Amino acid sequence: MSIEIANVSKRFGNFVALDDVSVSIPSGRLTALLGPSGGGKSTLLRIIAGLESADSGRVEIEGLDATNLPPQRRNVGFVFQHYAAFKHLSVWRNVAFGLEIRRRPKAEIRSRVEELLALVHLEQFADRLPSQLSGGQRQRMALARALAVQPTVLLLDEPFGALDAKVRKELREWLRRLHDEVHVTTVFVTHDQEEALEVADEIVVINEGRIEQIGSPDELYDRPANDFVMRFLGPVTQLGDRLVRPHDVQIQVGEGKEDPAEVTGRVTRVTRVGFEIRVEVTGNDQVVTVTLTRNEFLAMDLQVGTTVRVRIAPEVHAGTVAVDQAQLLAT
Amino acid sequence: MTSATLAPDRPAPRRTVRSGRRLTRASGLGLGVAMLWFSLLVLIPLTAVVVTASDGGWAEFWATVTNQQTLAAIELTVGTAFLVTLINIVMGTTIAWVLVRDDRFVGRRVLEVLIDIPFALPTIVAGLVLLSLYGPDSPLGVNIANTRVAVFFAFLFVTLPFVVRTVQPVLAELDREAEEAAASLGASRFTVFRRIILPSLTPAIAAGAALSFARGVSEYGSLVLLSGNLPMRTEVTSVRILSSIENDNLEGAAAVAAVLLVISFVVIVAVDVIQRRVVRRG
Repeated sequence: MSIEIANVSKRFGNFVALDDVSVSIPSGRLTALLGPSGGGKSTLLRIIAGLESADSGRVEIEGLDATNLPPQRRNVGFVFQHYAAFKHLSVWRNVAFGLEIRRRPKAEIRSRVEELLALVHLEQFADRLPSQLSGGQRQRMALARALAVQPTVLLLDEPFGALDAKVRKELREWLRRLHDEVHVTTVFVTHDQEEALEVADEIVVINEGRIEQIGSPDELYDRPANDFVMRFLGPVTQLGDRLVRPHDVQIQVGEGKEDPAEVTGRVTRVTRVGFEIRVEVTGNDQVVTVTLTRNEFLAMDLQVGTTVRVRIAPEVHAGTVAVDQAQLLAT
Repeated sequence: MTSATLAPDRPAPRRTVRSGRRLTRASGLGLGVAMLWFSLLVLIPLTAVVVTASDGGWAEFWATVTNQQTLAAIELTVGTAFLVTLINIVMGTTIAWVLVRDDRFVGRRVLEVLIDIPFALPTIVAGLVLLSLYGPDSPLGVNIANTRVAVFFAFLFVTLPFVVRTVQPVLAELDREAEEAAASLGASRFTVFRRIILPSLTPAIAAGAALSFARGVSEYGSLVLLSGNLPMRTEVTSVRILSSIENDNLEGAAAVAAVLLVISFVVIVAVDVIQRRVVRRG
């Protein structure tokens, strides 16, 4: 295990950012810390980097106790949401910074910087200042700068959070490919479940200073541990007392027989979003959302007012969770 | 044969095509007002000084500025202003640092207000304060009256706020994450300061230093009571200029003023050059 976090707690005044958190982050993998804003995931990342100190608990990096090490001696690369570029230095000098202060030989610095600029596709921007780059380019520069010192772990704090949707998507695909090339243990923080599901090998879901679930994207999506993880990872709808993904609800035209798993109702709303059709069915004082592909929808000839019966697809029963009663009362 | 003769009916490119270079009405007016204002307040009086200085001819000008007493005054004033500016660069940056970065410092609010007192005080009042504190009847037992130290102290007192006030807002706006990034790349706190923070502060420090130097060179009120204005020893240029005028030697006064003008100009240009170099070197 590359990063070992044991019983870490952190408070800011009265606010509990992390509450007795323990997690092992595997070597050479791409791990996402996923959760809503203010849930403690950035604090955890900053504690790993040594930019914040834990009130209690231990942090180990590659078997070395790093709990009391200053950030300078942890050998981690850190990438910030807002780039944290050295504004007065050129792209080249930004990337060379870590090597220059380590007093590496000039020739070595030159070849390493050139190699990294090629890796992040910024060769032709070497002499520019960060202010002359776009957001995506600045973040790639920041990544090259962090990788230049060959860190044992690479930490990224909402690395694509400040970028627009299109660049964001490009960059996260690129990060995934980069990681497949470089293989450095990487931890990135995100509040975007799609980003985590798409990029990460492993996801740690953090909420209100606690870990909700740890697992691969498939495990988390198909077998959420609880109500929170289920809701956070994707759209949900409620059928009876179960939470289920809208695409896991089966719908059939016509009244049902006395099958307890089925609910009969009427279509009350149909919305089309691109390739996806969302059908709202009201029955038993409950509104159930079902998503269908366009072809399925056309084949059934559904309209507002049609009587239908809905049920949870039998093969996905493991992927549903019982509705948390406390949360039900709150809403 | 040129294309103009081949196509005589083609209209010549109109000047508006290059409108990118032309001023809009508003910016034209702005530039005009700014130039007029600057000329009335700065350029014309400065030219008048230089013209007056040259009234007596080159020989007389040279005789005035190479006069022993004048040279001593210039040396004292410029030398002290220079030294005081160096101290202000260090102390001003330190005070600004404490004001912006040190959350635990309780007296921060008080200091924040006190900093401006040398600004707000009429200089002659400052002179009076210094005289009663460090004069012959000093309650502290420190008597620096009639010495060059008095000039030095007076300069220090009145120029204190300049570097603090220019550096403070820039420091407050600095990107703390850039410092964290440098630290996690292995930079010690000193390296972070020298390579990341200082280059960002340098333009502000330079601006404050230039102001501080200029104020020192021009100082009169705060030192005139304590320094004793002894020729060859504690007489500064502003006092020298005043005494020339009182002796009805307007050309002499203007000659000294012209020399100060040149020195100040050189210093401000030098400060700018150094500043640019520091920023670029990083």
